[in-house]
Amino acid sequence: MITLTDIVKYFHKGSVNEVFALNKISLHLEEGDFVTVIGSNGAGKSTLLNGIAGTFSPDSGKIEVDGSDVTRWPEYRRAALVARVFQDPLLGTCPAATIEQNLALASLRGKRRGLGRGVKAADRIRFREELSRLQLGLEDRLLDKVGLLSGGQRQALTMLMATAVRPKVLLLDEHIAALDPKTAEQILGLTKEIVEGQKLTTLMITHNMNHAITFGNRLIMLHQGRILLDLSGEKKAGLTVKDLLEQFYHAQGEELATDSLLLG
Amino acid sequence: MTIYAFYAALQQGLVYGIMAIGVYLTFRILDFPDLTVDGSLPLGAAISAVAITSGVNPWLSLVLAMGGGFLAGMVTAVLTTRFHILHLLASILTMTALYSINIRIMDGPNVALLGRQTVFDGVRSLGFPSPWPELIVFVGVSAVVLLLLIWFLTTELGQAVLATGDNPQMIRSLGVNTSFIIILGVGLSNALVALSGALVAQHQGAADVSMGVGTIVAGLASVIVGETVFGDRTLARALLAAVLGSILYRLAIGFALGLAFFNPSDLNLLTSVLVVGAMITPSLKRRLFQR
Repeated sequence: MITLTDIVKYFHKGSVNEVFALNKISLHLEEGDFVTVIGSNGAGKSTLLNGIAGTFSPDSGKIEVDGSDVTRWPEYRRAALVARVFQDPLLGTCPAATIEQNLALASLRGKRRGLGRGVKAADRIRFREELSRLQLGLEDRLLDKVGLLSGGQRQALTMLMATAVRPKVLLLDEHIAALDPKTAEQILGLTKEIVEGQKLTTLMITHNMNHAITFGNRLIMLHQGRILLDLSGEKKAGLTVKDLLEQFYHAQGEELATDSLLLG
Repeated sequence: MTIYAFYAALQQGLVYGIMAIGVYLTFRILDFPDLTVDGSLPLGAAISAVAITSGVNPWLSLVLAMGGGFLAGMVTAVLTTRFHILHLLASILTMTALYSINIRIMDGPNVALLGRQTVFDGVRSLGFPSPWPELIVFVGVSAVVLLLLIWFLTTELGQAVLATGDNPQMIRSLGVNTSFIIILGVGLSNALVALSGALVAQHQGAADVSMGVGTIVAGLASVIVGETVFGDRTLARALLAAVLGSILYRLAIGFALGLAFFNPSDLNLLTSVLVVGAMITPSLKRRLFQR
């Protein structure tokens, strides 16, 4: 469904601030794969997702989604295939627009926008039905501005919007990190329901090792722009947080060891 | 204030109200401060005046003026979106270039329209005495512009325009080419400003290269006075408020200049004071009530 081949990305190349963000990353996801992504800060997790979404073009390498080479496609064009939910609940919705207007915008993802009515009567019935599945009472607030909603409500709405048109790939960039624990659990439950229910090919970044292990069928760990660990099926199922932390510190320890060698 | 001064202010408020709608579109809806308008207002006037003196129907000359304004706006928007020049700077560059272009179009600094057919003649021939022909045309054109724009902003494309100003990152991730939307929106805005300029030229009987000076400030004054006095709870209301704000602004200026103390050259100072006053009122109010 999605294939990355030798993706390399530098930021500020040639300057003192040069960052080697992605170091020849190759990754292949089958249709319906639900992959959790972990790694320390600066490991390249968000850069990887941004690269798939098309926020930047890689310095070298190739990105294929659903058989099309999208490496040089701009972000808005890739949106026909790729949907995403950001960490910041404010980024996924339009605050000045109503709930139904936001859903209508999302239900045209990757389609031509013409001079038809923005929100059609038939849409409203469908929106109400979908919103009622969230059990947040939003189905009775179609004409409320989204700016009036709480962060959790907005993130729930964003999940619905991201999947209003079935995406080939769904990207979740720490989409529950900015929410309080109870709301985070609710959104996570909703995520599981949507992703597993619709068998969506998904990449989900998380800082929570527990979530990384219990969710999805595959887990990758990034470190310094490389994929350090790639576990799926049985291997992932048998994983404990302790194993994972060990691997994590092992990777970082190696780095420390080389540093002390250099400095010593 | 005499009744003649009142009618003059009312007419000016209405005709520049169309320009204020254009300014609202960029300044408020697209969050794109656009100074091109100081050049596209006289551009519209120049195109319309030259077209009329060449024998083009005055109504058709308005359409030509709008086309010219749209192109001018497109230039600013392309400089911003494709070449990443800061929007303010890009619009100043276009505005500066338009000064020369306008003189080229008119083959001189101005074109007189005295004795020529204008859009007011048709209404005048129906037997309406002055100042009604002008008022009827201005109200009619403003109403058509308002209705079309409000309709457009509820369409799929129009909703994408609103979202581009509100949350560009989100609407890009939903597959909208925000560069295209900004080019469309800024073009549309300047088409309205040029339409306003063309009507001003036909109204005052001449197009002049310097008639655009201060357009953006007058436009902002109208938008801000309108919002403060009439509110902006819905989009339709905010757009109507821009036109009503424009009328209020011209009446206030007309009243102030009617006082013996002020000279006509004090217009710019008064305008700036008015805009600053309207902009700082909300925060002053807040501070006053907090105590």
